Amino acid sequence: MSTQAPTNAHVSRPTGRAPKFDVAVVGAGPAGLAAAAAAADNGARVAVIDSAEQPGGQYWRHRSEAAGAPEAGEFHHGWKQYLGLRARFDAGLADGRITFFPSTSVWMARALSHSDVFALELAPAHGGGQSRVPSIRAASLVLATGGYDRQLPVPGWQLPGVMAAGGIQAFVKQNGMLPGSRFVIAGTGPFLLPVAANITQAGGAVAAVLESASLAGWLPRAHRAAGVPAKAIEGAGYVATFLKHQIPYRVRTVITEILGTDCVTGVRTARVRSTGEAIPGSERELTGIDGVGLGWGFTPQLELPIQLGVETRVDVDGSLVGIVDETGLSSVPGLYLAGEITGVGGAPLSVLEGEIAGRSAAVETLGTRRAKAAGHTATPGHGSSTALDAVTGAERRALARHRGFAEAMHLAHPVPAGWADRLTPETTVCRCEEVSYGELDHAHGELAAEDLRTEKGLTRAGMGWCQGRVCGFAVSCLSAGAGRVGADAVPVPAAAAQSLAQSAKRPVAQPLPLSALRDLED
Amino acid sequence: MSSQPRDPAQSEIHATFEGDPIRCAPGASVAAALIATGKRGWRETRSGASRGLFCGIGVCFDCLVEIDGESGQRSCMVPLKEGMDVRGATGPGGDAEATGSATELDAEGGA
Repeated sequence: MSTQAPTNAHVSRPTGRAPKFDVAVVGAGPAGLAAAAAAADNGARVAVIDSAEQPGGQYWRHRSEAAGAPEAGEFHHGWKQYLGLRARFDAGLADGRITFFPSTSVWMARALSHSDVFALELAPAHGGGQSRVPSIRAASLVLATGGYDRQLPVPGWQLPGVMAAGGIQAFVKQNGMLPGSRFVIAGTGPFLLPVAANITQAGGAVAAVLESASLAGWLPRAHRAAGVPAKAIEGAGYVATFLKHQIPYRVRTVITEILGTDCVTGVRTARVRSTGEAIPGSERELTGIDGVGLGWGFTPQLELPIQLGVETRVDVDGSLVGIVDETGLSSVPGLYLAGEITGVGGAPLSVLEGEIAGRSAAVETLGTRRAKAAGHTATPGHGSSTALDAVTGAERRALARHRGFAEAMHLAHPVPAGWADRLTPETTVCRCEEVSYGELDHAHGELAAEDLRTEKGLTRAGMGWCQGRVCGFAVSCLSAGAGRVGADAVPVPAAAAQSLAQSAKRPVAQPLPLSALRDLED
Repeated sequence: MSSQPRDPAQSEIHATFEGDPIRCAPGASVAAALIATGKRGWRETRSGASRGLFCGIGVCFDCLVEIDGESGQRSCMVPLKEGMDVRGATGPGGDAEATGSATELDAEGGA
């Protein structure tokens, strides 16, 4: 593997026209890397676009290759798998099968009906100016945009020092240092464990890991966990780390308030019943804390699939996800989805889905072209027998095992009931526009706002920089009256599901300088 | 195997935040440099609240700064480069002038 960040000095660009590829892959994390490698290995000319400087995504985010910073993979799981994918990716770069656009955002995706291709509009992921290539075209598209930590508001969560749990991990992986010294990690799901483990590896202290679920939810589903033994081995590693560093792991426990004036200094916690009420007398205060990590599952990053009109559904974890067939094909011809945007399931499943989607996209695209050249008419991207045949029995079984595990995990770690009852009128819910729970509650209760769009119009929640990416889930639940003590265990009622779909519609997928609009064609 | 690995301890990147020196290892983000210099919050919201790093991956925009005159930059996304002039952002969009007018509007609205 090259230790330098991959670059592409050789983008072929016909004068005045956007370069065209067989397959474009958006995202270079586990799913995107696998998709790119598989598409290239199957003979396609592939473009890969990622907002980071180097491949890896959030899961395999690592020290800067360009800066020559040493990377031993010590903060990572599946690092060998990454190196294997990266070797295939780098081989594709070296012989021109893959063209990489690093530090680049896709701010709009369109299916051009007159030419049967997808158009991706590009902008620099940071800084001013324009991308070296403002737009590309591709016959097939694989979206592997991943996700980010799902958040629920907690009194005090806007204080500096409070971070998304995944943000702490990303910070450690990229920078090799910690954003604090003594942390509390809270939320739900197995993901809290590697975050705490990474903190201790990097020399920090973890005062407690607070899991809102009881873990009893795993018992009736233990057989599904057994279907993915690698997860059990990974879990055993965390148990060892927790014992070694004496990290308390408290189940059915939540943060009720984050304390501090200029930045976080402590947290109040309580044990909760399964109905969501705090158990009287169980309240505790942890002091001397300068870092808090929060995460309640993940929110898939769906701007581009939704711009392109894919059919969606609400998964068992309450996340809005894209609907795909076994090959990763969405409801839009030629458009494949892979990784967390088809249902949150972790990196190994994402790699598997990426491999299948990338290969299917290449097989379909090249097959269609050959058919056209031979004078046949063909309908591209409809899950043809060719692409379905390319999915092996072993892959189908592995997909089923990983999906089974993911579903068991989601059911065992639901969004906790009662979170909305712990908000005070002053609690910030929308961080960007600083909209308080009191304002939202007034809009919901007095002004009858029952969906996110109405809440948005009345309060400005979700209208700031992040466009509801952080508060969208919470505001959708609040407007539907969910999140209460004793409320149904379903994390997202049907009414809120509609709100979720509304909030995921973002005409501009990523922030961009206005100059990027200047070159937009047709 | 093209580049010589450098020892980050021996080659730090130096820049400034509001004119004061900040530094970090090569390849680290602007946010990492601010945190390494002991800062936790570096942006002020419209209401005057302090904000720093939250999502850490470019989603939430809490960590906005101005870099070399370019406003609205996510400090978690941008690697620190030698000599960068980093400024704290004020207001919801990190634009001091816009904030001024927004604050005035708020004051009028509340009167």
